[in-house]
Amino acid sequence: MTRMTRRGALRILALTASSGLALAAGTATAQEDPVTIGYAVARTGANATGAGITTIPNYELWVRDVNEAGGLTMPDGSQRMIEVIEYDDRSSNEDLVRAIERLASQDEVDLILPPWGTGSNLAAAPLFARFGYPQLAATSVTDMAPQFADRWDRSFWMLGGGHDYASGLVDVLKGALDAGTINNQVAVVSVADGFGIDLIKAARPAFEEAGFELVYDETYPLGTSDFAAILSEAQSSGADSFVAFSYPPGSFGMTKTAQSMGYNPAVFYVGVGGAFPVYPDIANGQPDGVMAVGGVNADSPEIQDYFERHTEFVGQPPDSWASAITYASLEMLEQAIERVGLDKEALSEELASGTFDTIIGEVQLENNQLRDLWWVGQWQDGAFRAVGPADKDGAVAPVIPKPDW
Amino acid sequence: MTRLLLPLAGLVVLAALPGFVSEYGLGLMIGAVTYVTLASAWALFSGYTRYISLATVAFYGTGAYVVAVLNEVLPYPLVLLVAALIGGAMALVVGLSTLRLAGVYFVIFTFGLSELVRQLITWYEVNVTGTLGRYIFLDISARGIYWQMLALAAVTIGLTAWIHRRPLGLALRVVGDDETVAAHSGINLARTKLIAFVLSSVILTLAGAIVSPRWVYVEPSIVFNPTVSFLTVIMALLGGANRLVGPALGAVPLFLTFEWLSANFPDTYSIFMGLLFIGVVFALPEGVLAGVDRLRARKLRAAA
Repeated sequence: MTRMTRRGALRILALTASSGLALAAGTATAQEDPVTIGYAVARTGANATGAGITTIPNYELWVRDVNEAGGLTMPDGSQRMIEVIEYDDRSSNEDLVRAIERLASQDEVDLILPPWGTGSNLAAAPLFARFGYPQLAATSVTDMAPQFADRWDRSFWMLGGGHDYASGLVDVLKGALDAGTINNQVAVVSVADGFGIDLIKAARPAFEEAGFELVYDETYPLGTSDFAAILSEAQSSGADSFVAFSYPPGSFGMTKTAQSMGYNPAVFYVGVGGAFPVYPDIANGQPDGVMAVGGVNADSPEIQDYFERHTEFVGQPPDSWASAITYASLEMLEQAIERVGLDKEALSEELASGTFDTIIGEVQLENNQLRDLWWVGQWQDGAFRAVGPADKDGAVAPVIPKPDW
Repeated sequence: MTRLLLPLAGLVVLAALPGFVSEYGLGLMIGAVTYVTLASAWALFSGYTRYISLATVAFYGTGAYVVAVLNEVLPYPLVLLVAALIGGAMALVVGLSTLRLAGVYFVIFTFGLSELVRQLITWYEVNVTGTLGRYIFLDISARGIYWQMLALAAVTIGLTAWIHRRPLGLALRVVGDDETVAAHSGINLARTKLIAFVLSSVILTLAGAIVSPRWVYVEPSIVFNPTVSFLTVIMALLGGANRLVGPALGAVPLFLTFEWLSANFPDTYSIFMGLLFIGVVFALPEGVLAGVDRLRARKLRAAA
C-alpha cells in the first residue's frame, strides 16, 4: 500500500465512484457527506494530448491538495471531502454533451468542472447554463468571450482571445524595433486551424500598424510534418523576426528544422507547445531565447511552489501557459465555496465579483473574464518566463536577438 | 393490419418516453436513435448492394455544417431542406463518378471522400472567410431534437421496407448478389445504385443537420470525425445489414455498450472497442439476426 502512488489512488477513487459503488471517502477525517465534483474530459481521441497536459493533471492535483488538507471548507467552517466522478468524452462533442447531462441529471453532482479546449467549452456552455452550474473555462481561447459572457451569465472565460496574443506579441517586437535591435521585416507562418487563423487574422493589421512589413506570410495545413521549405523561404526573406502561429506538432517540427539548417533569426516565436515542459528536450537543450504564447512569473514563490507540487504529483512540471490558469480557477472555486457555500447562484455571483488569492496572484474577473494574463513568454536560463505585457508585475525584459542555436 | 399497427404503437410509445426520463436519459435516447438512423440509412444502400461505404461522416458532417452556415440566415425548416438538397447533390456527383468502382476501391474512395470534404471546407474557410469554427445558436430543445430524429429513423426504416417490395428493391438485391447477372437481366446498374445511394445520403445529411444544434460550436475537425463512419458500419453489420431492423438491433446495444465503457473504463475504452469489433467480424459476419436464424434452422433439423 505504501508503494501505491497518490495518482493511482485518485484514479481508483474516480473509478469506484463512477461505477456506482457508494464510497465513503475520507471517513477518517470528515463526518459530513462528500462534495461530488464531476467532469468530462478527453481521455481518448484528438483532444487527449491537450487535456492530458493541461486539464486532467491539474484537476487531480487540486483534488489531492484539497482532500489532504481535510476537504473543502464550507461557510460554517466545517470541512467536506471531494468525491470525483469522471467520464471520457472521447474528444466528441456529442459524447461530451451527454456526459454533462449525465453528471447533472443522473449523478446530480454538486459542481462540474469544464472540459478541455475552446470547442468543447462552447458545446458545454448551454448545458452549464441550463443546469445552473458555474463554468470556469480555463482552456478556451476566444475573441468572442464578451458575447459569451452576456449569453451565459454563469460562464467565465479565463484565457483571453487570439487578438490578445497577437497584439501582445506585436508590442514586444515593437519595443525591439524601436530600440533598433531588429529590422521591420517579419516572416510569419500559421496553421490552417482555429488558433492559427484567429491569430494571423489579428496579427496582420497589428504588425502593419506598428510599422512592420510582412515579407513572408504563408499558411500550412494541419498535419504538415516537413517544414524545410517553409523555413528556408523565411530565411531567405531577409526578415529578422520569424513568427509561427502553430500547434505543438508544428512548433516542435519547426524548432528541430531551424536547428538542423542553422536558421538563427533574431526573434524565433512559436505558438502552442513552446511553453510545454518537454520543449527544452525538443530544442536539444537549447531553448533559450525562443518565444512562445503564454508565460508565467517564474520568480514568484507561489508559482515555484506550484511547479514543485505538480512535478512531484504528476512526474513532470506543468506547461507554462494554461496549466497555472487552470489551477488558479480551481483555487477561485475553492475560496468562493468557503465564502458562500455550494449554492450555484451565489457561487456564480461570488466568482464574478469576488477577489481571490491564487498562485497567479490576486485575481478579479472583469465582466466574467480574466484579463490580467501573460500574452508572450520566452525561455531564459532554462525557464519559460513571461515577457509581455511588459508593464505587468513580474515581467522580465525579452532577450533580442536570440542567442544562436 | 398488425404488421402496421405494432410499429406505429411502438413509435407512439417512443415519442412519449421523453416525458418520463431524466435529461441524461433523453441524451442517451437521442444518441441511440441517431445511430439507428445512421445505420439504417447506411444499410439502405450498402446492405443491399454490399458496397461498404465509409462516407457516412462526409454526409453527416455536411449536414451539420450547412446548419452552422445558414442557421442565422434562414428559418430552420428551410435550413433542413437546403441540407437535404446539398446532401443529395453531393451524392449524385459522387455516385455518378464512383459507383463503377467495386470492392476495396470503393471503400477507400468513400473514406477519402470524408477527408476531401473536410479539407475543402477548411481551405474555403481559411482562404475565403478567414475564420474557422462557426456557432449554432438555435433554440431547439433536446426533446425537439429527439422527436425529429425519431421521425427520421421511422421514415428511414419505412422507406427501406417500401423499397424492399418495389422493383427497385429486387434490382438492388440482384446487384448485391451478382452484378453481371443483374446487368444481363436488363437491370440498369448505374441508375439502380445511384437512386439508393442518393436516398441513403440525403438521410445521413439530414441526421447531421438535426443533431448539430446540440454541439453549438462546429469546425471541420469536430464534425468530420471518422469514428462515426466506422461505428455506423459495425453497428449495421452486427445486427445484419440486409435485414429491415438489423441495423437498429445492432445500433442500440452497441451504443449503450460504448456509453457504459466510456463511463467505467475511460482509459481503456478503445481497447474494449477494438476487441468488440474483432469479435463481431469473426463470430457474426452476417449479423446477429442471421445467426439466430441459423440456430433456429439447426434446431428444426435436429427435431425432424
